[in-house]
Amino acid sequence: MSGGVDSAVAAARAVDAGYDVTGVHLALSAAPETLRHGARGCCTLEDANDARRAADVLGIPFYIWDLAERFRADVIEDFVSEYAAGHTPNPCLRCNEKIKFSAVLDRALALGFDAVVTGHHARLVDGRLLRSVDEAKDQSYVLAVLTRRQLAHAIFPLGRSTKAAVRAEAGARGLAVADKPDSHDICFIPDGDTRGFLTRRLGERAGPIVDRATGSVVGEHGGSFGFTVGQRRGLDLRRAAAGGEPRYVLSIQPATNTVVVGPGEALDTDEVEGRRPVWTAGAAPRTEFDCSVQLRAHGMLTPATAAVDGDSVTVRLRQPQRGVAAGQALVMYRGDEVLGSATIRAARRAGVTDE
Amino acid sequence: MQFGCAPDRKLVAMPYLDHAATTPMLPEAVQAVTQALGELGNPSSLHGAGRRARRRVEESREQLAALLGARPSEVIFTAGGTEADNLAVKGIYWARRAADARRIRVIASSVEHHAVLDAVRWLATHEGAEVTWLPVDANGMVAPDALRAAVREDPDTIALISVMWANNEVGTLQPITELAAVAHEHGVPLHTDAVQAVGTMHVDFAASGADALTMTGHKLGGAFGCGALLMRRELACVPLLHGGGQERDVRSGTLDVPGVVGLATATALAVERRPATAARIAALRDELLTGVRAVVPDVVVNGHPSERLPGIAHLSFPGCEGDSLLMLLDARGIECSTGSACSAGVAQPSHVLLAMGASDAVARGSLRFSLGHPSTAGDVAAVVEAIGPAVDRARRAGLGSVAS
Repeated sequence: MSGGVDSAVAAARAVDAGYDVTGVHLALSAAPETLRHGARGCCTLEDANDARRAADVLGIPFYIWDLAERFRADVIEDFVSEYAAGHTPNPCLRCNEKIKFSAVLDRALALGFDAVVTGHHARLVDGRLLRSVDEAKDQSYVLAVLTRRQLAHAIFPLGRSTKAAVRAEAGARGLAVADKPDSHDICFIPDGDTRGFLTRRLGERAGPIVDRATGSVVGEHGGSFGFTVGQRRGLDLRRAAAGGEPRYVLSIQPATNTVVVGPGEALDTDEVEGRRPVWTAGAAPRTEFDCSVQLRAHGMLTPATAAVDGDSVTVRLRQPQRGVAAGQALVMYRGDEVLGSATIRAARRAGVTDE
Repeated sequence: MQFGCAPDRKLVAMPYLDHAATTPMLPEAVQAVTQALGELGNPSSLHGAGRRARRRVEESREQLAALLGARPSEVIFTAGGTEADNLAVKGIYWARRAADARRIRVIASSVEHHAVLDAVRWLATHEGAEVTWLPVDANGMVAPDALRAAVREDPDTIALISVMWANNEVGTLQPITELAAVAHEHGVPLHTDAVQAVGTMHVDFAASGADALTMTGHKLGGAFGCGALLMRRELACVPLLHGGGQERDVRSGTLDVPGVVGLATATALAVERRPATAARIAALRDELLTGVRAVVPDVVVNGHPSERLPGIAHLSFPGCEGDSLLMLLDARGIECSTGSACSAGVAQPSHVLLAMGASDAVARGSLRFSLGHPSTAGDVAAVVEAIGPAVDRARRAGLGSVAS
């Protein structure tokens, strides 16, 4: 129970369904702030208290589990090292994989619980993971890293409801968090300044911003880790491109601390390679198969053909997509159902490869 | 077991082993508080109602002083133990430093309650205090020689010494009389947090030699939110709270008449019944230890083997997280603690156990069972019955919060 409206209603529905429910709030910060600042974050003492008050209203026991050390090691360090490697990680996905459905689930099972209930917007039907009925709030993307074993011990009570319906239900149940704003962005960067956070962790490292077409240096940066493929803002380029069209980050080369920029068209890719696939829907497919893929959180679904080769999966997109960043997940769907996911390693077009 | 007002059936049925956190109010104290709540009068008012209220306060003050070996003028009522600790630590520091600017050293034991620990740390951060933390041995005890060595370094620079009477986590008693004698060899005042001791141990303020002593009501059958600092009259103390000048100008604020009356009533009963209660709960504690050892042979018992509070059993269960155990026992209706409560509800490794030389893992794998005046053999039997399966389960869950 994060202290937000979703997990509070999820817990309420689990109670209604007849389960013997215990509320758990995860303390993920070693030094939590006392008060929430703005709408960000879910890790303050105020959030823990909101969760506690929801548990009180539901009449269930409530505990705080201190997973700050695991979270630091498995999520924050991974986040930093991924950015350092020129990738764009998704820490929410990593938290689901390593914390909520590993550390928490394993401990819960050992302590005699049967499942972890969360307020994620996704459906589980006969062990199959499906998108939420609320397309705008769907979170199946960040759950697609879960294995069948993990899903067998997961309950997502909110997948058949819209967010608006969840808020209305929270109000009707007398839960004070009914109107609490959604949390945004990354919980361990409450000020939202990811580049500043990474700079504090990795140190300022000045390097060039290079135009791919001309090979000339068009700007400087304080560390290639501060960029994401597809990014346009915050480049602060000295020299405008010929014709004055906007330029985007095309690739990040940490070995030389170089950020490569170019026109938006150069971001179009139609082949994406992922590794370490997880087959949420069951065993790995042996042949090529048609699916639709999502390449970033809140991204659109795009039709594709996927081919599996051992620890690697390659998807060919029917329509080119822009800004596919290594480190994000590629999630494969058939209709609403999650088939599996893999971590994006490379994206290509017309023989051009960005590793 | 009896409770004052309508007893909460659930509370009566649940094995409650967290009396060091708080213990039920004695029915006589509930009655005294309830009656006083219906009475009119501010003890500072000069009319008849004020005089009647003042009389209740002064009678309570005299009663409390007599019970604890203090003079009535040495009793300063506070809103509990934390306030009394803060008043003593900060107030005496400020007054002693004001009298002689060299006095900026504070000596405190490393196993103090957070009310002292954090007040001392605050003085270091904000008031230029230099702190000497006294080490403890593996049983949690401060050696008088360690204090003597620390004082002798430079006695003229010491503002005060604070060492608790009895530790709230492991129950170890400190040799307060000897420590006070060491302090007095050099004319340095000693404060002692006796929150856990009053009502369970014989506490005589004058005989102990301490210059200031903290006690509170809710640990011995009084109401929440009312305690006292006993402080020798000649010891100067700068107030934390400024206002109407109550309590010899050291603690302003309208006196809490019902709280004060309840505090004196509960302390009187606790002190009077102490010899019998202490013997009874000490026997129950031994029963608990024997029973737990029989099912969990590798349990570690923390604290001093003899110089300890009668009702505390502080146990480490290797390979377990204390909060897993607490949750499993709580689910069985058995209420205990992993140490001292924390506002965040997050179990931190106990600074007390770490000071005693325990490893981080052992410190995290600990539970405190604390017995009090209503404890029964049934409470102990419930723990003994539940602890084996709980430890097995918690061991399977392992030390999950530690990074793998």
